[in-house]
Amino acid sequence: MFGLDKKDTRMLLVVAVLTLCAPFILNPFPTDSAMAQFNAGYPDLMQRFVIFGIFAIGFNILFGLTGYLSFGHAAFLGVGSYSAVWMFKLLSMNVVPAILLAVVISGLFALLIGFVSLRRSGIYFSILTLAFAQMSFNLAYSVLTPITNGETGLQLTLDDPRVLGVSATADGSIPVTSLFGLEMRSTFEMVVGPWAFQFNAGYYLCALVLLAVFYLSIRIFRSPFGMMLRAVKSNQQRMNYTGLNTKPYTLAAFVISGMYAGLAGGLMASMDPLAGAERMQWTASGEVVLMTILGGAGTLIGPVLGAGFIKYFENIFSKINDTVLHNWFAFMPDGLEDFVVFIVHPFIGKGWHLTLGIMFMLVVVFLPGGLVEGGQRIAKWVKGRKNKDDSTSATKNPAE
Amino acid sequence: MGILEVKNVGKRFGGLQALGDVNLSVKENTVHAIIGPNGAGKSTLLNCLVGKLIPDTGSVMFDGQSVLGRKPYEINQMGISRVFQTPEIFGDLTVLENMLIPCFAKRDGAFSLNAITSVPSETDVLEKAEKMLVEMNMADKRHMHSASLSRGDKRRLEIGMCLSQEPRLLLLDEPTAGMARADTNNTIDLLKEIKEQRDITIAIIEHDMHVVFSLADRITVLAQGTPLVEDDPQNIRGNPKVREAYLGESA
Ligand SMILES: Nc1ncnc2c1ncn2[C@@H]1O[C@H](COP(=O)(O)OP(=O)(O)OP(=O)(O)O)[C@@H](O)[C@H]1O
Ligand SMILES: [Mg+2]
Repeated sequence: MFGLDKKDTRMLLVVAVLTLCAPFILNPFPTDSAMAQFNAGYPDLMQRFVIFGIFAIGFNILFGLTGYLSFGHAAFLGVGSYSAVWMFKLLSMNVVPAILLAVVISGLFALLIGFVSLRRSGIYFSILTLAFAQMSFNLAYSVLTPITNGETGLQLTLDDPRVLGVSATADGSIPVTSLFGLEMRSTFEMVVGPWAFQFNAGYYLCALVLLAVFYLSIRIFRSPFGMMLRAVKSNQQRMNYTGLNTKPYTLAAFVISGMYAGLAGGLMASMDPLAGAERMQWTASGEVVLMTILGGAGTLIGPVLGAGFIKYFENIFSKINDTVLHNWFAFMPDGLEDFVVFIVHPFIGKGWHLTLGIMFMLVVVFLPGGLVEGGQRIAKWVKGRKNKDDSTSATKNPAE
Repeated sequence: MGILEVKNVGKRFGGLQALGDVNLSVKENTVHAIIGPNGAGKSTLLNCLVGKLIPDTGSVMFDGQSVLGRKPYEINQMGISRVFQTPEIFGDLTVLENMLIPCFAKRDGAFSLNAITSVPSETDVLEKAEKMLVEMNMADKRHMHSASLSRGDKRRLEIGMCLSQEPRLLLLDEPTAGMARADTNNTIDLLKEIKEQRDITIAIIEHDMHVVFSLADRITVLAQGTPLVEDDPQNIRGNPKVREAYLGESA
């Protein structure tokens, strides 16, 4: 289907079902139960899942296929956000032109940075991209203040022109982002017994965009172009002596992944129309590297998993505080309870980065292929057990 | 006029004159061997032909066009393919994918943003690659990870990849170096077959005299960066200058 083989079609369908049913899947616990804090089915959190998923899918096209490790991709995300907010200020509150401009501008920006950075490879390439991103970050805070509004961040105001829309609504407030009239913030709440599920227009827009760009990334992976990108990673020398110019291949991959990042930035601004320089900081660039590696670089689904994993734990772990811990461990004798809380304390709340660091180390050491490799190993193990059972009972089927 | 004309080529590395004044003419559809003791400048000469090095002086003409100043991929697209001393293949890719890449390079040129079609739908290229795998006797290994091939198979694959580009000139740098006798003989047979069945010119650098005398139509002996003699194989064997410079020390 859609020009994909069976396996890829199945994967696309699974991702489609998971994203479209996310409001249910991520809210398994009744609203009033003690476990409700593990729910993640809130519009803003779900939006973040898919937006960072898009960012990581794009990053994987560069890093997973060509092996070029960019440490500056957050710059494109930031540029995308700024472009989108400017579109809201100048043109209208419709998200379509804003997202389109975000993709175009970040693509052009990626062309420029890629053209220079790709003159080097390996660690020098990484450092160049990092330098460019930090430069953009600092410029956004200083010289470029007229465009970025410096430390305050770029926001909508009541006297923005919005030539195709209105500067202010009838009741004198700033208009909200919409898709041809459908407000991004509009949320339908479905109450089923003790559960409450939230269906948010903005989330569904992001989810559909994710599905579209995930499909596109599958096509790229399976195309001759994708094969060439893997060849770049494998042996550039052989490529050059096979009549292939590696430069435009790597540059194309860089620009495509920059456009994905810009798209993510544009969506972010469409959900919440403001943009700040901190989106370009190196920690944000590092985060997408973590997501991709944690999920499984070079695999199709890995980056999406990694993004979801990190964003989920970031939100859940950082919400847990000592009071919550004391509640959990209340069944223990007092002294022991305090001791356990003391031990767990560094890993939660603001200390959640410690948890992330440990998880990342464990994955890199024991599962170099990321979560995807973990999944494959489990599948193999289950299959192996099943085969064993079969062989003991009756004639054994030859392996596929 | 040969298909490859090297005139007065010199190359200096710091204080070392690696190539003095090399003149070489390779005739179309022949196998031309370049031999010489270690450090004679054979690899340097070859690197000057494929764009890896730029000679300080002289000219290199391929089929009437200068190759100097062109990038390796441009020279390759002109019709010169190169086999490396240690096989250079795409180790992370399967054998079939390795073969597909030069086929795409031949059809689509140095760069093509062919990002929407899928590889399995490119039937013409697939057929060509499969055919070459059959010719190389590797069809049963098509889904193997190429890094796990034996040294001899890697060499076969690399030669097959070069041939699928339909080059007019094939350059080989010590293709049997470090190979076991059986693999060496296989490679000789393969090269003989290629020579008989294709319109192709081969220039080969080789240490193994058995290989050289089984294949070459013409031999150039290089010593200290300058050609000592150029002659037919039977005359090279008896040439006292050659014995002194080269065969003498290996005999
Ligand atoms: N990039 C380089 N920089 C400096 N010196 C070099 C370089 N490449 C080769 N040389 C020197 O040039 C001389 C010729 O080297 P070359 O590799 O061409 O010899 P060769 O005939 O291929 O030898 P072998 O049979 O050992 O492969 C050697 O003395 C070598 O050390
Ligand atoms: Mg050499």
